[in-house]
Amino acid sequence: MIELKNVSKTFDSGTGEVDALRNVSLTIQDGDIYGIIGMSGAGKSTLVRCINLLERPTDGEVIVNGEHLDTMSPARLRAARRDITMIFQHFNLLMQRTCLKNICFPMEISGVKKADAEKKARELLELVGLPDKADAYPSQLSGGQKQRIAIARALATNPKVLLCDEATSALDPKTTRQILELIKDINAKLGITVVIITHQMSVVKEVCHHVAILDEGCVAEEGLVAAVFAAPKSPAGRRLVFPGGVDTMVSDPASERRVRLIFRDSRTTAIPLIARLAAEENIFCNVISASTQKLSEEVYGSMLIGIPSAQYDRAIKFISTVANVTAQEVSGNVQ
Amino acid sequence: MYNNLFSEQSIQDLLSALPGLPTALWETFYVTVLSTALALVIGLPLGVLLVTGEKDGVLPLPAWLMHTLNVVINLLRSIPFLILMIMVLPLSRAIIGTAVGTTATVVPLVAAAFPFVARLVESSLRELDGNIIEAAQSMGATPSQIIWKVMIPESVPSLIQNVTIALTTILGYSAMSGIIGGGGLGKIAIDYGYYRYKYLVMIVAVIVLILLVQLFQSLGTYLAKRSDKRLK
Repeated sequence: MIELKNVSKTFDSGTGEVDALRNVSLTIQDGDIYGIIGMSGAGKSTLVRCINLLERPTDGEVIVNGEHLDTMSPARLRAARRDITMIFQHFNLLMQRTCLKNICFPMEISGVKKADAEKKARELLELVGLPDKADAYPSQLSGGQKQRIAIARALATNPKVLLCDEATSALDPKTTRQILELIKDINAKLGITVVIITHQMSVVKEVCHHVAILDEGCVAEEGLVAAVFAAPKSPAGRRLVFPGGVDTMVSDPASERRVRLIFRDSRTTAIPLIARLAAEENIFCNVISASTQKLSEEVYGSMLIGIPSAQYDRAIKFISTVANVTAQEVSGNVQ
Repeated sequence: MYNNLFSEQSIQDLLSALPGLPTALWETFYVTVLSTALALVIGLPLGVLLVTGEKDGVLPLPAWLMHTLNVVINLLRSIPFLILMIMVLPLSRAIIGTAVGTTATVVPLVAAAFPFVARLVESSLRELDGNIIEAAQSMGATPSQIIWKVMIPESVPSLIQNVTIALTTILGYSAMSGIIGGGGLGKIAIDYGYYRYKYLVMIVAVIVLILLVQLFQSLGTYLAKRSDKRLK
């Protein structure tokens, strides 16, 4: 289990202090795939580096598998880091070593015998699907292949936690999907807890079970991916899930009130709600935008409608009688 | 000065000087390579410290120590070689037992070259992508493992290039050491050309020096390219 308790990090830039993280508290359960999403500059990379203490928090506690990392001696911390490995956006492979030697590196520095290390490295090459690249140098590989080697290297010390820092941000969509499949596979096969830092919604939707939305160094909201992405409660969450913010501008706030409807599961998305409002209640709504998305094998619908102000209460009352549909008024320019 | 370069007398002088050339070539070669090797022994660790000892380096050192190190290196690099050669005469006497002769010139050459080598090593190591070092730290590497297994091996092509630059520079310096009694091609060029006006001998000695520089440089470039696994 990974526990962050009231973690804050302040950087002293030349012009003044910058709060990268403010009072962040998170709990990540063993075996989870946990996404941390946010815009650039939200503090994601700093947060993930606090988990293995590459960044030392200014304040707060970092507890991984019951051990306080923030109070450890440098030597113990180095040993602890073998259980918390990391992959990176730009792979960070050693360019002058072959792939096999790259994968051997973490074992080499922790004193594993050369023959044992090479045996393990070959098994890992097999696992990541590149058994023929043992003697190739990283410069001879594609981006996706480099990340596979980096994943193999990260697994060499049998870690309990794998941290992924924008691991797919430098890859094309197809390769991204393949790498995510591999990460999912590793999580399922080896039971490794995975923490994924990303700015891509699609990455979180595709593999994560839980997600935290980070905004200006704070956790804006947190929970199951399905719950958070279907009906984001925080402004930062809404900005991420319903990007753009222009759809509210097409309706006239003087005559109608805007409501966001969230439909859970595919049965409710089959209900002709707007037609029923018109036919049964004689309320004519203005559909501003609508979409459906698949989150963790379930389908969610989201619709922004404009309800004539005079009939607003009656419409909300009707909607509340439909199961699994929630309505939330959207005010002003905020979605 | 070059009017009678190919007169019968000049050719005669050249022929009489030729038998001394192989020895001079060997002396120059041996002094240059030995001095570079010794300069590397001192300069490499210093260059590493210049990078790793910084505040956010792998092995931070006290600020005053880093400051002193930088000042001393700059100081040594500011002294012209001709003057440094004279200033370290007592040091040569203390280490080698004599201040004159070919081997004695190794001392001023090393004194002049190691700060230069330290700066070259520093610049090689700074080319390295900091993310690779962070990756090694994330795997639990110790500072010395990062230096010996990451920073230096990853910089080998650049280090070879820079050592080649050091080698050719020291070769140039070694030619000056004829003034304090060092042997080699430089001594021949100065003795014949400057003191005895036998310019043809001087020119031939210089041509041999040029060939030696070419050889060092080509070899260095070849080895640097061959060692670099990023290019294939």
